[in-house]
Amino acid sequence: MERRSSFLKNVDWLTVAIYFVLVFLGWINIYSASYNSESSLGFSFDARYVRQLVWIGTAIGLATLALILDSKFYSAFAEMFYIISIVLLMVTLVIGGEVNGAKSWIELGPVKIQPAEFAKISTALVLSKVMSRYDFQPESFKSLFTVTAVIILSPLFILLQNDTGSALVFFALYLAFFREGMPIIYVGLAVWFVLLFILSLLLETHTVIIIISLLGFVLFHIYYNRLKETLIGVGIVCVISGAALLVLIQIMGFDETPLWLPFTIGIGIPIPYFLIHAYKHKLNHTYRIILLTIASIALAFSVDYAFNNILAPHQRTRINHVLGIEFDPQGAGYNVNQSKIAIGSGGFSGKGFLQGTQTKFKFVPEQSTDFIFCTIGEEWGFVGTTIVLLLFLWLLLKIVAIAERQKSKFSRIYAYCVAAIFFFHVAINVGMTIGIAPVIGIPLPFFSYGGSSLWGFTFLLFILIKLDANRDELIM
Amino acid sequence: MNPFSQRKLIISGVFVLMVLTYIVKLFFLQVIDQSYKVSASNNVLRRVTQYPARGLMYDRNGELLVYNQAAYDLMVTPNQLHEFDTALFCSLLNITKQQVDQRLRKAKRYSYYKSSVFLEQISAEEYGAFQEYLFQFKGFYTQTRSLRRYPQNMAAHTFGYVGEVDEKTTKADKYYNQGDYIGISGIEKLYEEDLRGKKGVEIFMVDVHNRIKGQYKHGRYDTLAINGDDITLTIDAELQAYGEKLMTNKIGSIVAIEPSTGEVLAIVSAPTYNPDLLVGRERSANYKTLRNDPLNPLFCRPLQARYPPGSTFKTVNALIGLQEKNINPASTYYPCHYGYTSGRFHMGCHGHASPLDVRQAIQHSCNAYFAYAFRDMLDNPRYRGIDSAYNHWRNYVSSFGFGEKLGIDMPYEVKGYIPSFNYYERVYGKGHVKSLNIISLSIGQGEILLTPIQMANLASIIANRGYYYRPHVVKEINGEGDSKLEQYRTKIQTMVDSVTFAPVIDGMYMAVNSPAGGTAGVAAIKGIEVCGKTGTAENPHGKDHSIFMAFAPRENPKIAISVYVENAGFGASWAAPIASLMIEKYLTDTVTRQWMEQRILNADLLDGKKK
Repeated sequence: MERRSSFLKNVDWLTVAIYFVLVFLGWINIYSASYNSESSLGFSFDARYVRQLVWIGTAIGLATLALILDSKFYSAFAEMFYIISIVLLMVTLVIGGEVNGAKSWIELGPVKIQPAEFAKISTALVLSKVMSRYDFQPESFKSLFTVTAVIILSPLFILLQNDTGSALVFFALYLAFFREGMPIIYVGLAVWFVLLFILSLLLETHTVIIIISLLGFVLFHIYYNRLKETLIGVGIVCVISGAALLVLIQIMGFDETPLWLPFTIGIGIPIPYFLIHAYKHKLNHTYRIILLTIASIALAFSVDYAFNNILAPHQRTRINHVLGIEFDPQGAGYNVNQSKIAIGSGGFSGKGFLQGTQTKFKFVPEQSTDFIFCTIGEEWGFVGTTIVLLLFLWLLLKIVAIAERQKSKFSRIYAYCVAAIFFFHVAINVGMTIGIAPVIGIPLPFFSYGGSSLWGFTFLLFILIKLDANRDELIM
Repeated sequence: MNPFSQRKLIISGVFVLMVLTYIVKLFFLQVIDQSYKVSASNNVLRRVTQYPARGLMYDRNGELLVYNQAAYDLMVTPNQLHEFDTALFCSLLNITKQQVDQRLRKAKRYSYYKSSVFLEQISAEEYGAFQEYLFQFKGFYTQTRSLRRYPQNMAAHTFGYVGEVDEKTTKADKYYNQGDYIGISGIEKLYEEDLRGKKGVEIFMVDVHNRIKGQYKHGRYDTLAINGDDITLTIDAELQAYGEKLMTNKIGSIVAIEPSTGEVLAIVSAPTYNPDLLVGRERSANYKTLRNDPLNPLFCRPLQARYPPGSTFKTVNALIGLQEKNINPASTYYPCHYGYTSGRFHMGCHGHASPLDVRQAIQHSCNAYFAYAFRDMLDNPRYRGIDSAYNHWRNYVSSFGFGEKLGIDMPYEVKGYIPSFNYYERVYGKGHVKSLNIISLSIGQGEILLTPIQMANLASIIANRGYYYRPHVVKEINGEGDSKLEQYRTKIQTMVDSVTFAPVIDGMYMAVNSPAGGTAGVAAIKGIEVCGKTGTAENPHGKDHSIFMAFAPRENPKIAISVYVENAGFGASWAAPIASLMIEKYLTDTVTRQWMEQRILNADLLDGKKK
């Protein structure tokens, strides 16, 4: 009895309250998005707003379950959950139903389950467990490997289901690793490779190669402050590149010469010389710089290749749209353009509840699921969108605060996993409706219509609330 | 405690940064940028035009002449189409399978979501039959359109016709949209703004598939269509129909005017066409046929044909001579010995008493008399030169409305032609124009050209003894006067005083009624004092045109008329009896001279010109 009351006292009711406010606002907007003045559905189960009520009810049940279960249960059975979710993902590949080209659903009687939602939770749990082991050393290469292995397994299967959006979410879990001491250099490398990815798409290959090479020399100079050697190196590369360019033009003709070739030759040929020079003068960082340069150039090539040969055409155009390479409001950009029209037409204070026209009359696609933010924007205006975003920010910061007050490393890491997942969903979902992020079909937590996602997010959050309620105990 | 705990700040910072970036972006999107609001209303609002009923037309006695009949455009929305029984569909609408395919392709090319016209103006009968099966043809629906209908086949030129507005007009006038109807000729054109009414608009909200989802703001911004004004014509339907009947198988025109008002009682252009031909689906095909008809039925002869007036013009010269006191009705006599001779010039005339005064000159249509009188005027020293004398004469002629448009309220009227003195100076050389050069003007030949309506107006002027009202065909708009009808209520005075008219009217009376014989005895009607003047317009291309102008009765004239029959010879042979029958019909409502009527009706003066 004593224990129970202290448990209830320890529950973070403010977070629970934010949760309920978000779910309530979500339901209001689903009601509006699926409301139709002409053919009122009343309280039929066909209406999405009625169904969502059912999902909310069951989600509350799930939340209660999460609170009732012993907090040790989550860490103890983390691996089992993980294995079950992987198996479910594999099963989905075989018997799953297809929605919008993604084969990500299992039908269980009247309800459809999306195992990817479950996989997020189990991956977060296992990741927390792995990283909270006493011998986990974040700076070691082994740790990076382990973390990556845990994170990447589920998205591999989800990618096979053709649900790119849900797969990408898992990579947000590196945020927890970052908090636990992931070497900054990884962040630097990650940022560099992302930047390189974008540069490769925006610029010609030879330009990217020139930039990479120059940055390599700049890096060398920063490490060793040897201006003379740096300039000699640049000179060598320039001479060889220039010579190669002239020779190639002679051989292949001006129009036929691929410009990346002479520059690649210009970098490639002097590399053995640079290596010998570094060995002689014991400039050990040079090896890494050369390695990084070569890797970067390789990536630049592979981005072009991957972009044109591995990505589906619609994914290519979505990325091109965000980068501003392509603009076609009637074609691939239609959804985003209509979504922006809906949100933009809301103005400062919105058109009012049920008064939205763009979202209701199906100009905006998926208006109660992925594009639910349009309804908020159209009917509640700038005021509404700001309040919703601030609520999410409040929740995220609250989760960070919760994380930091945990004695248990497991709980803390799990909290960051939760924050990472919410952050990614909110950033990408809202970002795509306002044209900042590419169109990746992932739901807005608590707002988008659908049982699976609501259950997933609810369970994810309430496990954290449960762990937090027991923060005085040391889990594991 | 934890070496990396400061990283929570970085993480929190990233969260805050994301939300702030999005809020700033949303502020621009929702508050600063207004363009999305415009795009939104363009997306969602559909304006459906409510078409008003076009105004009706009645004759002067309230008989309905033009009304509207509902027709139905068959519309199709391609994306709502289902499989359907093509054979049944074709038989119901009387079209072929190929036409169906072709029209569907066209509709699809236009839009899959938006509806477009599949088949225009299906008749009420076809509509009735089709309507029963409409449920089998998903994606099709009918839209009401109104078509002009004419209870009597007559007055096609006066009514004019309506058709789809052209691109030039839609660009120039914002009222019209592609596919709207507009009056193209006749009264339909000239009184378009009265007849068309005012379009209304209903604003609906539509979804992305263009399906109507309800009224915008409960119809607060909708406007009702206002029906067009009805028009009462000055035309007497019975007289008009009779005139058209008389003119069958003839080329020419009849214009009858009520002198006291300028109201046109009948305006017949022959050959004419059935106004029903220029309505509905077959309009353009029929128009093409009419256009290619060698007899040119689309040509509105009363307003557009120009002829030399011939002897009828002698009345004008007599009036000018009398007004200028060059002719004294009591004392001026000129001789005529089978014509007028001056040097080597000879102008023939027929046998009658000589010498004669102005009354007899008109009665017998004596060429010599008017030749003498005309030269006396032009060469009279008191005008100080032939140029000034001619201009003086021309001013008189112009005051009768010749050489200018009379301003009837029908489109495409032409001016006729009264040459200026400059014209003759160009022909004969400056200072070399002699009165003998232009002597043909004295008997209405030569360069002068009048339209039949001007000729009828001349009869009206003589009937009124010196003034006229602009001839017009619209009596009332919406049952009352209208400011634009004011111009037809103004009396226009000629330069000839009313007292001057008596001898001319006497001459015209005698031409018809003299027991001693006039040129137009055939036009006499028992019990009615008809005054008339024949004319024969020389036609260099063939047989002369037969002309007659008349008014009746002599006192308080009720009708003034001009009749032209092309290539029919003397005025007395065809034009005079037709005018006479028209007058009798109008004044007594009966025709007593059956033999004359039969002769006219049976006459085919097309002279092998038929196709």
